[in-house]
Amino acid sequence: MSSAFLQTDNGHPASFDTDDATQPQSQTSPTRRSLVRCISPAVLNLERVFEQNRQRLQKKDGVPAPAAKVSDQASVPQTKGKPRLLLMGQRRSGKSSISSVVFHKLPPSETLFLESTARIQKDSLNSFMEFQVWDFPGQIDIFDNPNFTFDIDAIFGEIGALIWVIDAQDDYLESVARLNSTILNLQRGYPHINIEVFIHKVDGLSDDYKLDIQRDVTIRIQDELSDQGIENAPVNFHLTSIYDHSIFEAFSKVIQKLIPRLGQLEAMLTNLCRTCRFEKAYLFDVNTKIYIATDNTPEDMASYEICSDYVDVIIDFTEVYGSPEWKRSDEWRARLEGPPWLQTLENQVACEFAESGMVLADAQRPIMLREVDRFLALVAIMKEGSYDKMPQINMNVDVVVKGLIEFFEITKTKTGIAAVGGGTPGAVAVEGGGDGRL
Amino acid sequence: MSDFETTAAGGGSATAASATTMSSEPGTQAAQLKKVKKQKVLLMGKSGSGKSSMRSIIFSNYLARDTRRLGATIDIDLSHVKFLGNLTLNLWDCGGQEAFMENYLSQQRAHVFSNVGVLIYVFDIESRDVERDLATYVNIISALVQYSREAKVFVLIHKMDLVHPSTREQVFEERVSIVRRKTAEAVAIVRKQKPEYPASASVSEGSGMIPDIDLDMQLFATSIWDQSLYKAWASIIHDLVPNLGVIETQLASLGVAIDADEILLFERTSFLVVSKWTSPEGETNPWGDRFERMSNILKAWKHTCSKFTGTPRNAEQFSDFEYKMGPNFSMFVTKFTTNTYILVCMPPGEARFNSAKLNVAAARPWFKFLDGPVVAPASAGGTPREGTGSGGGGQLHQQHPQEYGI
Repeated sequence: MSSAFLQTDNGHPASFDTDDATQPQSQTSPTRRSLVRCISPAVLNLERVFEQNRQRLQKKDGVPAPAAKVSDQASVPQTKGKPRLLLMGQRRSGKSSISSVVFHKLPPSETLFLESTARIQKDSLNSFMEFQVWDFPGQIDIFDNPNFTFDIDAIFGEIGALIWVIDAQDDYLESVARLNSTILNLQRGYPHINIEVFIHKVDGLSDDYKLDIQRDVTIRIQDELSDQGIENAPVNFHLTSIYDHSIFEAFSKVIQKLIPRLGQLEAMLTNLCRTCRFEKAYLFDVNTKIYIATDNTPEDMASYEICSDYVDVIIDFTEVYGSPEWKRSDEWRARLEGPPWLQTLENQVACEFAESGMVLADAQRPIMLREVDRFLALVAIMKEGSYDKMPQINMNVDVVVKGLIEFFEITKTKTGIAAVGGGTPGAVAVEGGGDGRL
Repeated sequence: MSDFETTAAGGGSATAASATTMSSEPGTQAAQLKKVKKQKVLLMGKSGSGKSSMRSIIFSNYLARDTRRLGATIDIDLSHVKFLGNLTLNLWDCGGQEAFMENYLSQQRAHVFSNVGVLIYVFDIESRDVERDLATYVNIISALVQYSREAKVFVLIHKMDLVHPSTREQVFEERVSIVRRKTAEAVAIVRKQKPEYPASASVSEGSGMIPDIDLDMQLFATSIWDQSLYKAWASIIHDLVPNLGVIETQLASLGVAIDADEILLFERTSFLVVSKWTSPEGETNPWGDRFERMSNILKAWKHTCSKFTGTPRNAEQFSDFEYKMGPNFSMFVTKFTTNTYILVCMPPGEARFNSAKLNVAAARPWFKFLDGPVVAPASAGGTPREGTGSGGGGQLHQQHPQEYGI
């Protein structure tokens, strides 16, 4: 029900399509491996080289792209198109808690009762992009397991990002050592994989101490890697906790790296911010409250927090007053469509999507929200005093939203290359609409 | 909706202007306004049952998790909570340790239990020694009946979050029947001890039999971690608010005039629902707990805002909120009078929404009496703005607040 407010026609399933979520679970890893094994080693190798080349080219562009997309097309149509996030780390470091909180909306306090994960837990997440989230049990080392050999290719073949979770409140030396060996192993075969290190459970630690830990971990990993002759490995560090917004922020950054043509999206938002005098704009995935793009002004945790809580407020209101369970009677509708209006309710509204605005008491800084599609919402903090310009702003936002929808249509159906062509008309429309009206 | 800020300003000036010209009709309402007296509210229960925690959440805008920092209350923590401007709750948060309890029941008995408006007794559902809790409760009730016959009693079965959801209702029902039985026993004991009544007690000693002491008692299952707390406190507050009848009739006529489905009136700091009106269509909403849920949502939002703006928790955080969900519904929350916020949920439609906002702004003077002791509600708040109706809303202004408050 969490996604209720985005359902323009009632009855779309909520964030986690349960069928979808369970299916990959029942599909055990052996079947998956057998699929991949059909491919000859030569093809695999070819694919890898291709992938690396592409990656290098795209780095020049400055636009990260999903590692999975092209390799999928080249080979495995069955598991196509879903970037994969792998959650790894020592046992009890908080991997399952993270995935429950972020993807299943479990209240953080209830993660205490989670059982330890015994086998790879696979979830698929239906949103603007389809993701798979694989939660690995901490006690298994996939590269060095005497009892059970993992098909490394099946696991890392179409990976989007590897998330390594380190418990900051515990002795992390062993975890760092394991991470090092994992990176080394991966660097040989899959150098393009983004490695995201979550230094986790930092709530309650002082700011200084947090940074000390981050510095220590960074140095340990970089030293080890440069000893092995690997420079500039794609390793990123995030300080996270499930008790505040930092985990969502970190996930946002991870997922943004997997979005094709992110630069285009950001340009659209930046443009919108300029024309409408927004301080900060976010494009939210409503179910997970991960933001998939923002404008190019500096990161600001506080504005992310308030925007994400705003989405929460809207969801809650929608659930109470807009849920499909509250069916309005026919007489109600008849009365409202009768005189003096004499129009259907649909024609009486200005915008068929959810839109909302809020004026904060201090400095009159308004916040606005606009639904984009079933999964996404645009949330922005406006500059003070611009609330009386709402109609113009709404028009501009309308144009941008149309552009965004177009953008996602194109990136969803076709490959990343086609998106280049598709992104531009949207952006042009933005500029046209924005300049013309303000 | 474009010119909200200007209309808000307009509403303010209209209020000021019309305050001088009082019509005769609202004058009769002014006569109904009662004189407000200080209400003594006792908050009692075993030590550690969560009395101070809930008080902090409701009246001091604490987050649930912040209450861990609270220490034990020593003796009686007296606080005067301003509510709705003119109503001061004289809140006595009584430390629950045994020694204090004995003290209340012996030396301070008359001091504590006389002149009580409301007793809120908190039971900890997780308590190990239920018998003992009940014994203390019986003592308290007898002291209360002895000194303040008129007092209302609210029993909160607290920390319900610790009970498994599936058994919650059953556990609560069981506890309710025990508490009711014990209350009846306590009352019966007092009745027998009739000769010992102190003269100060307002019991008619002349009449041979004491009229049935039907203690006005309500029980609630609560937890600081969800909205159940707001439900309990909203009904506690509900009985203390003066002139409730006036508020309700005026809210109803406002609701009918603007075609709303539901109107909620919140107190400014606590966001407790002071009054509500629901249209027949609104009654079909399956969410029975929506009122306390709204309190909870808005309170949480307020907290987020204070973090963002860096202003104190108790300060005012937002002035206006609107949400139009396409052809499903529209709603807005806005600052209404100085001490209240109003939430209106209404059918979709741009023109309807705009005129409703204007009408709500125009209705402000009618609720002015919520703010101060007997400022008579003034009339004709809407008239100055009849002409300023924006765009699409203009022609709909015929249903204007002139009709209110009849």
